[in-house]
Amino acid sequence: MFRRFKDSYLFYSFKQDKTAILSFAILMLLLVLGSLAPVIAPFDPYDPNSIDIMNAELPPAWAGEGEAQFWLGTDIQGRDLLSTILYGLRLSILIGLGAVGLQALLGILVGLAAGYLGGKTDAVLMRMADIQLSFPYLMVAIFISAIFQVVFGIGRYEQLAVPLLIVIIGLAEWPVYARTVRASVLGEKKKEYVEAARVIGLNRRLIMFRHVLPNSLTAVMVISTIQVANAVMSEAALSFLGLGMPITKPSLGALIKSGFEYIFSGSWWITLFPGVLLVLLVLVINLLGDWLRDVLNPKLYKG
Amino acid sequence: MFAFIVRRITQAVLVMLVISLIGFAIKNRIGDPVRDLVGERVTPAERAEMREKLGLNDPFLIQYGRFVKNALRGDLGLSFFHKKPAVAVILSKAPATLELVFAAALIIIVISLPVGMFTAIYPRNWFSRFTLSFSTLGVSIPVFLTAIMLIYVFSVELNWLPSYGRGEMVNIGGWQSGLLTLDGLKHLVLPSFSLASIMLPLFIRLIRSEMMEVLETEYIKFAWAKGLSRRRIFLVHAFKNTLLPVITVFGVQIGIMFAFTILTETVFQWQGMGFMFLEAVERSDISLLVAYLVFVGVIFVVVNTVVDLVYGLINPTIRIAGRK
Repeated sequence: MFRRFKDSYLFYSFKQDKTAILSFAILMLLLVLGSLAPVIAPFDPYDPNSIDIMNAELPPAWAGEGEAQFWLGTDIQGRDLLSTILYGLRLSILIGLGAVGLQALLGILVGLAAGYLGGKTDAVLMRMADIQLSFPYLMVAIFISAIFQVVFGIGRYEQLAVPLLIVIIGLAEWPVYARTVRASVLGEKKKEYVEAARVIGLNRRLIMFRHVLPNSLTAVMVISTIQVANAVMSEAALSFLGLGMPITKPSLGALIKSGFEYIFSGSWWITLFPGVLLVLLVLVINLLGDWLRDVLNPKLYKG
Repeated sequence: MFAFIVRRITQAVLVMLVISLIGFAIKNRIGDPVRDLVGERVTPAERAEMREKLGLNDPFLIQYGRFVKNALRGDLGLSFFHKKPAVAVILSKAPATLELVFAAALIIIVISLPVGMFTAIYPRNWFSRFTLSFSTLGVSIPVFLTAIMLIYVFSVELNWLPSYGRGEMVNIGGWQSGLLTLDGLKHLVLPSFSLASIMLPLFIRLIRSEMMEVLETEYIKFAWAKGLSRRRIFLVHAFKNTLLPVITVFGVQIGIMFAFTILTETVFQWQGMGFMFLEAVERSDISLLVAYLVFVGVIFVVVNTVVDLVYGLINPTIRIAGRK
């Protein structure tokens, strides 16, 4: 298995591309930092005992009034900014991946059904996707979260924010997957191995999931990277609008929002550091996505 | 062509019905029109009577029919907070958003056309390379972060430009415009540049790739062979054919910009529709929320339909192929 991967075209072109290697390294670093946040972070931002309001709005350690124990300064509630950012990064990544997982699940089921079954199923499902796609996904996400917030009430919404955001962003962006999967299923369906499977009498579900689906996954892989970047961005935007993570458990977007309220008094660090990290995360995912698309582009690669 | 128009319009009507159904379902399940009218301090008996009188006990579909009929007459219910018809509230906020989108669109056109063409004509120039790598970075910066950075630099540190509100305005026949005063224009600079910043990388790349494709075609080679001047080839022959796809994308993207106005308006306290929408969410003003949903739905459906029809007119293959 490893051997096969090492000899593959994918790995070969990865080794040739410096941008891809660098992006991949940074992404891995961010993932590790995020997932190990509770271990690495010097403070626990969720623990009210470790927070002292007297420490609020301290600048980074190298600036005049900074304190050495708060390397990146503190936020408005007196939490160590570095720890809060690490926990925020963790939340942003978690929500991003979760949302893309949900999108992929929904999109693959719909796309596979529409593409393979065709006929009325196809017409109905794809019309639905078309309607939703004619609206920008951010708008859809904002609407769904606004409705959820009114339905659940702000208190409960904030408690359930992580799963709700995953559902919201998942629901807002599934049509992209559905379309992509449908298109590649339509291509696979006509091939001889599918016909052969049908002739030997395999049932429909088995053909769909065991034979057609695995061959349609290249396209899914290509859009998945870009979709993770989109999901992270959507989460940040929702949190910034106050429709996402609460300030007690801030994601990167929510931190930027809380910092923005204090930027006029000159506390730039609360906004800047989470902002830089967010941009870096999205940028490396986008760069990797671009690279993957160029390498795996079925038109160029499979010939 | 006629069949194409009919099909496209039927589809648009269908989409509108779906949107209004979603909007109505939200209103029906979550909203409380009695509260919207009289507030909380009314006895349950009076409430029940009012429910009956307003027809809120009728079957779902009958109520939905009434909702659509009213909506067609431009009546989307009362806003609980503003105590005014929701449509009137939205229309009073629309000029602010429209001016913002207009200014951003102008910035996009003025910057992306020359830059996109330049990068297509001189792909190896350092400026082109710089623009391209910068545009990848640009796509990765969320609009609210751009906005905050602009505020920090230009209003907090340099104190050159105002960071919130619309400034001094002139009233032209009910349209509160900030475009005619110096103060209003100053207030417009930061918000419109932030809004434009999300679309700029996309358009520069689009114009570049379209133009590069056009420059490879036979008729451009023929024009070179004929000995036409560089200026004429680039600006007249290549430019014209670059524009066609760009215009269609532009139409769709203008619609998408409305979604981003919600973010931009929040940062700059810009009193437009997006800002109003978020306030409505905070106040649980369901009627206004639903009215905004339907209103934005209409804008999108109209823009998408018009763009498709125009594209169908220009490019016959779409018409013949029919369904996508």
